[in-house]
Amino acid sequence: MSRATIRIPMPLRGYTQGAGEVPVEAGTVREALAALGAAHAGVLERVLGPDGELRPFVNVFVGSRNVRSLDGLATPLADSDVVAIVPAVAGGLR
Amino acid sequence: MVMELGVTLRGRLERWAHEGYPRECCGLLLGRVGDGVVHVADVVQARNTNTERAGDRFELDPQDLLRADEQARSRALEVVGIWHTHPDHPARPSATDRAQAWDGWSYLILSVGAQGVQALRSWRLAGADFVEEAVRPS
Repeated sequence: MSRATIRIPMPLRGYTQGAGEVPVEAGTVREALAALGAAHAGVLERVLGPDGELRPFVNVFVGSRNVRSLDGLATPLADSDVVAIVPAVAGGLR
Repeated sequence: MVMELGVTLRGRLERWAHEGYPRECCGLLLGRVGDGVVHVADVVQARNTNTERAGDRFELDPQDLLRADEQARSRALEVVGIWHTHPDHPARPSATDRAQAWDGWSYLILSVGAQGVQALRSWRLAGADFVEEAVRPS
C-alpha cells in the first residue's frame, strides 16, 4: 500500500465536503478510487461507470501521465503519488 | 453568482478569441469562489484537440487542464471555470455545451467575429439548465 493524494476538481467537491485533496492508502488507481468512494459517498459513481471502468468524460492522471496511456485503473501507485481526477471539457456552438 | 473579471484579463481573452477566429478557442479561468462571487485572478489558454471540427466544436486538452490546475494550486487558486469562443454565434450555451457541462464551474463564452469580440457572457449550471451570471470588472 502506498500513501497517495487524490486531487478533486471543483465540480466533484460537493461530494467531498469541499475538500480539494483526499489522502488515501492504495496500491493501484482502482484501490485509490475505491478508498475515495468509501470515504465520500456518491463521488465514485461520477468517475466510474456501472461496469467499474472510467467514464468516457473523466480522465485520471498519476503525476503528469493519463492512466489511459499507462495500465488504466490497474496502474500501480508509489508513496507520494498524486492522482488527479480531471473532467473532460468539451462543447461547441452547435 | 457574480463573476469579477478585470479589464486586463478580459482584454487578454478578447485578443485570444480574435486571434483564434474563425476557430473555436478555449482555456481555463483561475481564481477563487466565495460569498457568491467568482473572482477570476488569471486566464490561460488550452489546446482545442478537436481539429476536425475546430470551427464549431472544442475539446479542451486534458493535459492543459491538469497543467492549469497545478499552476492554480501553486498560487493558492483554483480552476474556477472554462472559457471558449463561439465564432459568428451568440455568447450563449448550445445544446452541445449543455450536454458536456459540469456543475460548479463557470462557463464564459465569447461571441467573436472577424472584427473581434461582440459579446462576453458567463453561465453556470443550475440543475439541468444554464443560468447566466453577471460579469463585472474587479
